[in-house]
Amino acid sequence: MITTNVETVPGRTIVEHYGIVQGSTIRAKHIGRDLAAGLKNLVGGELRGYTELLQEARDEAYNRMVEQAEELGGNAIVNVRFATSSVASGASEILCYGTAVRIQ
Amino acid sequence: MISAYLSILIPLGLLILGWTVGAFQERKHYKRLDQREAENYHVPATTERQLWDQNKQIAETRMVRGQVVISVDYFKRFLAALLMLFGGEVHSYSSLLDRGRREALLRMRDQFPNADAFLNLRFETSTISSGSGKSIGTVEVLAYGTGIRYEQARA
Repeated sequence: MITTNVETVPGRTIVEHYGIVQGSTIRAKHIGRDLAAGLKNLVGGELRGYTELLQEARDEAYNRMVEQAEELGGNAIVNVRFATSSVASGASEILCYGTAVRIQ
Repeated sequence: MISAYLSILIPLGLLILGWTVGAFQERKHYKRLDQREAENYHVPATTERQLWDQNKQIAETRMVRGQVVISVDYFKRFLAALLMLFGGEVHSYSSLLDRGRREALLRMRDQFPNADAFLNLRFETSTISSGSGKSIGTVEVLAYGTGIRYEQARA
């Protein structure tokens, strides 16, 4: 599965469009990570626990999108976008969407 | 009496801790950023949506992303709260966002080490409210784009 966030797959020709595909996941942070992050907040710098959390969430959303595209019979996804929104304090939704296509 | 002293000493201690350790870590991080940026400076990462050289044969196309959650120290947060009373530019947060963006971009590059170009680079920033209170100052930066590797026919 080739994914890009431009309108085409550079160097390849799109032969068929299947429409929009998307994947999303809602994640909440857990208390252990929150505690460590609270301490790290005092001195600043990267909060590794949160970085991992969001990375896993994006991977999940991305994989769900790819699954959907495979079901439709596509072999590439173009114009992929990420969006984040907080649904409640401490939980956020990660959305990943794009257009499933077939390329030569 | 002791509790009155403590209620002053603890925040003061935290301020000093934030100021010293935070500043030290920031300098260290900036040094590392400079070093890593110098290593892969030759690969262009652009907001261009089309490849500028249409004659190149493309071997591989892949979407890449890099992300980081980063926060300011206690001292800078305190400083920012003070500055916000007067309005204007809040300098203590600009280094936070600068560090976050550069780190995210470097991580994105790391996902595709032998790429020749990155197209349609985008940044997304979101604030993370960590727990209770008005603890702003933690941001998540996401950088993503399309990495391209040329066919190795070129000299």
